[in-house]
Amino acid sequence: MPPEGTMEPRKPRLVVVGNGMAGIRTVEELLKLAPDLYDITVFGDEPCVNYNRILLSPVLAGEKKFDDIILNGRDWYEANGITLYAGKEVIEIDRVRRRVIAADGTVAPYDRLLLATGSSPIVLPIPGAQLRGVMTFRSIADVERMFDAARTTREAIVIGGGLLGLEAANGLMKQGLKVTVIHLMDTLMERQLDTTAGQMLRASLEGRGMAFRMPAQTEAVLGTERAEGVRLKGGEEIRAPLVVMAVGIRPNTALAKKAGLYCERGVVVGDTMQTYDPAIYAVGECVQSRGRTYGLVAPLFDQAKVCANHLAQLGFSRYAGSMTATKLKVSGIDLFSAGDFAGGEGTEEIVLHDPGQGIYKKVIVQDNRIRGAVLYGDSVDSAWYFQLLRDGTDIGELRDRLLFGQAHLGDSGRGGADAAVAMTDTAEVCGCNGVCKGTIVKAIAEKKLFTLEQVRAHTKASSSCGSCTGLVEQILAHTLGGDYSAAPKAKPLCTCTDHTHDEVRDSIREHRLMTVAETMAFMEWRAPNGCHVCRPAVNYYLLCEWPGEYADDKQSRFINERAHANIQKDGTYSVVPRMWGGITNPKELRAIADVAERFNIPTVKVTGGQRIDLLGVKKEDLPAVWRELGKAGLVSGHAYGKALRTVKTCVGSEWCRFGTQDSTAMGIKLEKMTWGAWTPHKVKLAVSGCPRNCAEATIKDFGVVAVESGWELHVGGNGGVKVRVTDLLCKVRTEEEVLEYCGAFMRLYQEEAHYLERTAPWIERVGLAHVKQRIVDDSEGRKALHRRFLHAQSFLQKDPWAERANEGVDRDEFRTLEAVPA
Amino acid sequence: MSAWIAVGRLEEIPRLGARVIRTPKGEIAVFRTADDRVFALDDRCPHKGGPLSQGIVHGARVTCPLHNWMVELCDGRAVAPDEGCTVSYPVRVEEGVVALCLESSKASRAA
Repeated sequence: MPPEGTMEPRKPRLVVVGNGMAGIRTVEELLKLAPDLYDITVFGDEPCVNYNRILLSPVLAGEKKFDDIILNGRDWYEANGITLYAGKEVIEIDRVRRRVIAADGTVAPYDRLLLATGSSPIVLPIPGAQLRGVMTFRSIADVERMFDAARTTREAIVIGGGLLGLEAANGLMKQGLKVTVIHLMDTLMERQLDTTAGQMLRASLEGRGMAFRMPAQTEAVLGTERAEGVRLKGGEEIRAPLVVMAVGIRPNTALAKKAGLYCERGVVVGDTMQTYDPAIYAVGECVQSRGRTYGLVAPLFDQAKVCANHLAQLGFSRYAGSMTATKLKVSGIDLFSAGDFAGGEGTEEIVLHDPGQGIYKKVIVQDNRIRGAVLYGDSVDSAWYFQLLRDGTDIGELRDRLLFGQAHLGDSGRGGADAAVAMTDTAEVCGCNGVCKGTIVKAIAEKKLFTLEQVRAHTKASSSCGSCTGLVEQILAHTLGGDYSAAPKAKPLCTCTDHTHDEVRDSIREHRLMTVAETMAFMEWRAPNGCHVCRPAVNYYLLCEWPGEYADDKQSRFINERAHANIQKDGTYSVVPRMWGGITNPKELRAIADVAERFNIPTVKVTGGQRIDLLGVKKEDLPAVWRELGKAGLVSGHAYGKALRTVKTCVGSEWCRFGTQDSTAMGIKLEKMTWGAWTPHKVKLAVSGCPRNCAEATIKDFGVVAVESGWELHVGGNGGVKVRVTDLLCKVRTEEEVLEYCGAFMRLYQEEAHYLERTAPWIERVGLAHVKQRIVDDSEGRKALHRRFLHAQSFLQKDPWAERANEGVDRDEFRTLEAVPA
Repeated sequence: MSAWIAVGRLEEIPRLGARVIRTPKGEIAVFRTADDRVFALDDRCPHKGGPLSQGIVHGARVTCPLHNWMVELCDGRAVAPDEGCTVSYPVRVEEGVVALCLESSKASRAA
C-alpha cells in the first residue's frame, strides 16, 4: 500500500530514492538491524528490479544473462513489505512538507529520506554527441542498446581507456565487433596503472585484436542523423557506426541541489551519512564523504552499513572513508591495483619484472609500510598486499621476499595451486572441507555472495585452517569482477559487535570490566551473551588482564578447555600427560600402560611434541584416568588448550657427541616455568643442543638453539598450515637469560596478540622490530614483562587434572543426569 | 500418553550450558539459557553427529563443538546457511524440577 494519504502512520516512513546497489544494500542492512522500524518505499528510475551493476561487463561479453545478475527480485520487496516504484523518477524533494514527488505525480511523504541516486556517465561536449549510435555504458538498457547495435554493425569505437572503457571494448569484441579504443592519455587505466603495467595491458589487448589510438583527443562524432565515426584532433577520422563514451562518471546531484542540499562534486555527507538536512541521508556514488567520491562497490557497502546503523537508531557507527582496490574484469587478464602506486618523494619502489612470463609487480613503500601496489600477470598475492596496505603493517622484515608472495613454499592443503584463474571447476580449493572451485563459483552466482565471510558461511571454503583464503578471495574477485566487498580495515571481534579485539582489551582495562557479561553489556553487544566466537575471546582477555582476580567463566570456554581433554570426532576424548622436556621413565610408562588396559583405551600414540596420547577415552572416565596417572606423578599436558603445549628437546650434551649445551635440562626448566599459561593461541617451545637443530626449534613459537658460546633465541615459527621459519630474536649467554627472555616473550604475546592469533601472524602484524625493542633493547621492560608473567603463573600452575580427579572440582561436568520416573 | 520423566533440578544444569541424560531413545542434551529457559535435543548435531551438549550455548542456540554448526535450541534446526535438523523434545520446569517428555516435539522430517 502506498503510504500516500495516510494521516497517522503507525511507523515512521523511510523513502529511498534510488533502486541501485547502494540504496538497496542500505535497506538490507537496516532490515537486519531493525526489521520492523520503518514503512519503506523505494523509487527507482530504471523500470526493473535491483541488479548487480558491476556484472554488466560479463553480460555485455555474453558470459552472463541479465537474470544472473538480479540481486533482489520482486518477491524480496513483497516479502519485506517494501513498496517499489520502479520506473518512476523522483523530480522534487519538498523538504518543508517532507515528501518526494515523482515525474508522474506520485507523492510519498517521509520521516527519513535516503538518497542513493548514483551517478551518470559523462557525455563529452563535442559535436555529434547526440547522434543515434552514440551511447554510454552504465545500465542494463545501455547494454541492450549495444546488443542491438552489435547485430547490424561490424565496427565500434570506444572513447576512454579506463576501467569501464576497456571492459566495454572487451564486451563488444566478444560480440564479434572490431573495436578501436581512443584514449586521451598515453597509458591505459592511468588512474590505476603505471606506464609499464599499462603497456603490458595494451600489448595483451592488442594481441586479442583491440586497436588503440592514444594519446588522442576526440574532436567530433561524425554523421548527420546516425553516428558514422569520429574525428580526432589532428584530423584523423575513424569509421564506425557505434560510438561508446566511457570517459567517467559524475555523481547525480541535481535532485539534491534542487532541494537546496549542500553539494560539491557529490552530495556532501558527514561521517554518519547524513546530508546537511538531518532527516535526509545519502549513500553511494552520489555522495561526497570527507572530500572523496567513490565509484566502486566496496565503499558503497561500507557506507550502507554505517547508514543503516544510524537509520536503525543505534547511532554508533562512523564512515571514515574506504581504501579501494581495482581489478579489470576482462577474462584472462590478471591485473590488480591499490592505493598510491605512483610513488613520489620519500617513497621507494620494489619491482619485479619478467617480460618473458608477462609478470610485473610493483610495490610502493614509505617508511616500511606499503602505500600502493600494481600487479600484472600474477595477482595471487593481491589480497595479502591489500591487507598489509590497509593494516599499515611494518614490512621491514618481509622486504627481501615481499615480491615473491606470501611464503607459499611450505603451505599445505591446496596442492600448490596458486592461481584461481587457471584452476578447473573440479579443482579442490579448500582441502579441509573438500570444496571445489566450481562449487564456490556457483554459490557466488546463485546466492549472490559478495564477501569472503559469505562464501565461508555458504560453502565452508576457507572457514577452517584459512590457508586457501587468498585463493577464495581471488575466485570472488574474478567471479564478481574485481572490486568485491573486501573486509573493512578494522575487523570487529565477531558479528555480535562492531568493536575490534584491541578496543575490547582497552575497555576491559580502562573501565575495570571484570566479567564476560559486564564487558558485553558495557560495550553494547548485539547478542546479550555473545556467541562461540566472542565469548572465549572475551574470557581470555579478562583472564589475561586480571590475574588472580578474574573468575574464569567455564561456560565461555571451548569444550576442550572446559573438560581438560581433546574432543574427538566420535565424542570421546584424548588424554596427553605432560612429560617434562620429553623425558619419561619406567614408572610413568607403566602407569600409562596400566591405564590404557584398565580403561580399554583403543589407541596409544606418540605425538609430534614428544608426548604420549591416549585416544578414545569416554568423558565420564576422564577423572578416574587422571587419578591413576596422577599416582605416578603425571599431570595435565594441556594438549587441549590455547596454552603452553610442549617443550620439545634433543638429548643435548648429556649424550650427544655434537651437543654443546644441556638442551634437555634447559627444556625442562622452560617447561616448569611456562606450563599452565593460557595464551591467545597454542604455544610450542623447543630446545636444540646444537645448530643441527634436531628438536626443530626454528619452526616453534619460541625456539632455543644452543651454540658453544650460549643460546640463540628464535621466535614466531610455525610448522602447521603455513610453515614459517622463526626470526632470530637475539643471542644470550646464560640459562637465566633464556628463562627471562622466554617469560617476557610469553607475556608480551599474552598481552598484545589477538585471541586465536598465533605468534607468527602476531609478529608479522606488529613487526619483529617491535618485539625486539620490547624484549631485547628495553631491559627494564623485559624484566617487568617477565615479572608479570611469573605473577600470572603463580595463579595458574595448579594441575587441573588433580583438582578434578581428587578434589571434586566440576564434578557435574563429567556426569550425566539421572532419570527419575515422574 | 505423554510420559514425563524428571531429570533433576534446574540448578544441576549450568546457565549457558547443558547436561546429558541417557534414555531409551538415546542420549538427550538438556540445555539451560542465561534467562533459565530449558530445552532438550537429541545429543547429535545434524551435520556429523557431534555432541551438542558439549557446545557453547548463546542466546537460544548452541554451537556444535566439532565443526561450529549452530543449532536452534527450540526446534533443533541448523541456523542458515547450514541445513538440517535434530530431534527436539518437550521439556518443562515445575517447582525447580526439570522434566522431559520422550515423545519428540516434531518428528525430524528434515534431512
